[in-house]
Amino acid sequence: MSTSDPIWFTPPPRPSRPPAPPEQPEATQVDIRIDGQPARVPGTMTILEACRSRGIDTPTLCYLENLTPVNVCRVCVVELAGARTLAPACSRKVEAGMDIQTNSDRVKLARKMVLEFLGSSVDLSTAPQAQSYIKRYEARPERYGSDVETVDQPVKIDNDLYVRDYSKCILCYKCVEACGTDAQNTFAIAVAARGFDARISTENDVPLPESACVYCGNCIGVCPTGALMFKSEYEMRQAGTWDETRQTKTDTICPYCGVGCTLTLHTQDNRIVKVTSPLDVDVTHGHLCIKGRFGFEFVQNREENSGSDG
Amino acid sequence: MVFGAGGGTNSYQEIEETDVILLWGSNARETHPIFFHHLLKGVRNGARLYAIDPRRTSSVQWADVWAGLDVGTDIALANGVAREIIAAGLENKEFIHNATTGFDEYRRSVEPYTLDYVERETGVPAHVIRDMAHMYARAHRAMICWTLGITEHHNAVDNVLALINLALLTGHVGKYGSGLNPLRGQNNVQGGGDMGALPDRLTGFQHVENAAFREKFEKHWSAKIPAQKGWHLSQMFEAMERGELRALYVIGENPLQSEADQNHARHRLESLDFLVAQDMFLTKTAELADVVLPASAGWCETEGTVTNSERRVQRVRKALDAPPGARDDIAILFDVARRMGHDFGQPVAENIWSEVRALSPAHAGMSYARLEASKGLQWPCYDENHPGELYLHSRLWERPVRGPRVSFMPVEHDPPVEKLSAEFPLRLTTGRRLDEYNTGVQTSAYPSPLRRGETLDLSPEDAERLGVTDGELVRVLSRRGSVTVPVRRDHSLRPGLTFMTLHFPDDVATNLLTIDATDPKSGTAEFKAAAVRVEKV
Repeated sequence: MSTSDPIWFTPPPRPSRPPAPPEQPEATQVDIRIDGQPARVPGTMTILEACRSRGIDTPTLCYLENLTPVNVCRVCVVELAGARTLAPACSRKVEAGMDIQTNSDRVKLARKMVLEFLGSSVDLSTAPQAQSYIKRYEARPERYGSDVETVDQPVKIDNDLYVRDYSKCILCYKCVEACGTDAQNTFAIAVAARGFDARISTENDVPLPESACVYCGNCIGVCPTGALMFKSEYEMRQAGTWDETRQTKTDTICPYCGVGCTLTLHTQDNRIVKVTSPLDVDVTHGHLCIKGRFGFEFVQNREENSGSDG
Repeated sequence: MVFGAGGGTNSYQEIEETDVILLWGSNARETHPIFFHHLLKGVRNGARLYAIDPRRTSSVQWADVWAGLDVGTDIALANGVAREIIAAGLENKEFIHNATTGFDEYRRSVEPYTLDYVERETGVPAHVIRDMAHMYARAHRAMICWTLGITEHHNAVDNVLALINLALLTGHVGKYGSGLNPLRGQNNVQGGGDMGALPDRLTGFQHVENAAFREKFEKHWSAKIPAQKGWHLSQMFEAMERGELRALYVIGENPLQSEADQNHARHRLESLDFLVAQDMFLTKTAELADVVLPASAGWCETEGTVTNSERRVQRVRKALDAPPGARDDIAILFDVARRMGHDFGQPVAENIWSEVRALSPAHAGMSYARLEASKGLQWPCYDENHPGELYLHSRLWERPVRGPRVSFMPVEHDPPVEKLSAEFPLRLTTGRRLDEYNTGVQTSAYPSPLRRGETLDLSPEDAERLGVTDGELVRVLSRRGSVTVPVRRDHSLRPGLTFMTLHFPDDVATNLLTIDATDPKSGTAEFKAAAVRVEKV
C-alpha cells in the first residue's frame, strides 16, 4: 500500500500513547484517627469514605454514591473529639488531626433514637436495610406504644408504571434529588410542608399524570424503603407472589437508543419483574429513562401477543 | 471518511468538563436521555450550550442559545460559522498548518457565506451566528454532538462534513473534551457498522476494496470475497425496482414501515422473488415474507456484545429463556450456512468474538474476560494491556503530526429536494418522542402514561390560520400520499413547520408522506423534510 492511498483505505497510525484525561493534582494526604486507629487518607474524602476504606460499616439511609449528600437522616453520625455535636459522616470532609469515634455510646444512642423514631412512625416492612440497622442498634420502636402518630396514608396508584406508598416514606430526599439536579432535572417532586407534616409531593399535590413526571423511575431506583415501587412488584406483593429468593439479577444492555445503558434485569419465573442499573457504571451512574426502566414488556407474553403493530 | 473510522470521538464523561457544546439536529433530552444527564452536568459545570434545531424542543429549553434554523439549511449555517471564524482570525492556525490539508480551498468555499446571506437562508439572526462562531472558536474545549437532524437528509454526508470542517478549523478534535460525536439511535448501530454490516467495509472498518484486508479475511474464512463494495440500503431498494435484486433476507428490521415513501417501499418488497424475515415479531415486513424465522430477543435472551455511541463494547447477557420456537440469531444463521454446505461450528457468541479479535486490530485487546471485568472497553483497543481510547485522533496533536494529515472537505448548501409550493406550503419534519421508539414494535407493549398517539403537531399560528384545534382530525397530503390524523398545537414549532413521528404506523402511516430522496453517499432518506398541505376533513 502506498502512502498516497486515501485515509479510509489505510487506517491512520496509532497515537504514540493512549489518550488520557488531563492529570488531576494529587490530593494531599491527612492523618486522622478512626476508633483509635491512626489512618492516612486523601484530604478530599468524607468521613464516610474514610471509614469505608478502613472496612468500617457506617449505616446510611439518605446517602447514596450517585447523589449529593443532604444530611437529613442523621443515622451516619459520628463523634469527633472536641466537637459539641455529632457530625454527619456522609458529607463532612476529613481534616488533619480529626479523631473520629464511629461506635461510641453517644453515637450508638443517637443512631438508635433516629431508628426508633423512624420505625415508630413509618412502615419499614419493605426496607430491609433499615430493619437490619434497627436490629444492629437494638432499637425498639414499639416502646412508644401502639397509638403513636404515624405517616400512615392510602397508597397512591395513579398510573400504570409505579406506585407511591408514602406510609413507607422516611423523607430521605433521595427521590427529590434524583428527580432534580443530581440526575433527571425534571423537578416533578419536592418536599412540601415542614416538621411532622413534611411530605414528598408533586406540585400542588396533583396526580403524577398531571405533573411534570416523565416516568424515568430514577426515584424508584434510589428509594431505600419501597415507598416507591414498580406497579408490577406492588401487585406481585399484594398477590403474595413476590419472592426475591427465586429471583435472578442479570446485567445486560438496553435495547433502545445508542447510549448503551446497563440494565440489571430482575427475573422471576422467566419474567422480568423489575429493572435497575448499577451505581458504579459510568454510562448511567444508576439512572435510566422510561424506556430502559419500563419498556421491557415486549419480550413477555410473546406467544399470546405476536406484536400488535408489526 | 475523513478520519478513517466512524465513531464518536469523545467519551460521555468529557461533555461534563467541556466549555462549549453545539447540540446540532438532536433532541437528546428525549432521544438519548441518559447522555443528556451527562450533558446537563456539563451545563451545570458552566458549559455554554448552543442548540441548533428547527424546533424549540425540550433539549433546546436547556440551551443558552437556540439557533432555530429552517429545515435543511445546516450546511449554510455551518459554512457561515466557518466564514465568521476565519474573518475574525479565530481559526486555529497551528492546528490547520500542522494537522490538516485543503484549508485554502475550504476558505474560498465558505467565502460567499456571509452573515447576511446565511441569516436570509437559514432564518438564524446574524448576531446569533456570530456569537456561536466566536464562542466555539475561542473555547478551550468544545464538542459538537448530532443526531438524525443532520443525517436524515438527501445530503446527509455533506451535512456531517460541514460539522467536521468546523472542528478542523478550530482544532476542536483529538483532545479531551473536544470532538465530534454522532449520537447513535439504536443500541448497536455503532457495533453493526464496526462489525462490517456496511456495503464497503469488513469487520473493524477495513475497506473491502483493499486487497491486503480482503486477503486476510479470505484466508481466515477460506472463501473468496467480492472485490467491489456492495449496495447500501437505498441502492438495494433501487435495485429491486430495476429487477436486479430478486431476494432479500431481513434480520430485525421492519423496512416496510420504516422506509420513507411507504407505498413505494411496499411495491418494491412485493416485487421480490423471495423474501426472508428473521425477527422477534411477525412484523408487517414479515407478513409479506415467503419464510419467517422466529428469533429470540438479542438483548435479554442471548449472549453477545453491543457497542454504544462512545465506542464502548459491552456485554449483553441471557436473562430469560426465549419462547418455544424462537432461536438465537446466530444459531439460525449457522444453520442456514450448514444447509448451504458450510460448517461454522458451534453458534457460541464468544467464539465469534474471538474471530472479531483475530481480524480487527481495533478490537484485538478486548477479551470476554476483560469486557466482564471492566464493564466494557472502548475501541480501538489494540492488545490485552491497552486501556482502549478515551478519545480518538490524539495523533493529530503530536508534533510532527503522526501519520497523514486530515483534509478539509468543502461542501455547499443544498436545500431539501422538495421545495415548498403554493400546493404544498408546509414543511413536515419527523422525529422521536421520549417514551416511544421507531415503528413502535417494542414500545407499544408497555403502558406508557405519556403515550398520546400520533398527531400532526402544528404551530399555534398555522392552527389558527387553518381554523383547526387540538384533537381535530385533518388530512395531511404530500405528493406521495395522505393520512388522516388529529391536530396538536405545539408552541415549539414556528409557523410553516409541522412535525410527526413514525411511532404509530398502523394508526397513521407517516411514511406515506415522507420522501425517499436519498443521500447518494450514505443512502439515508430525507425523513426530515417533506412538503405537505393540511386540509380539514
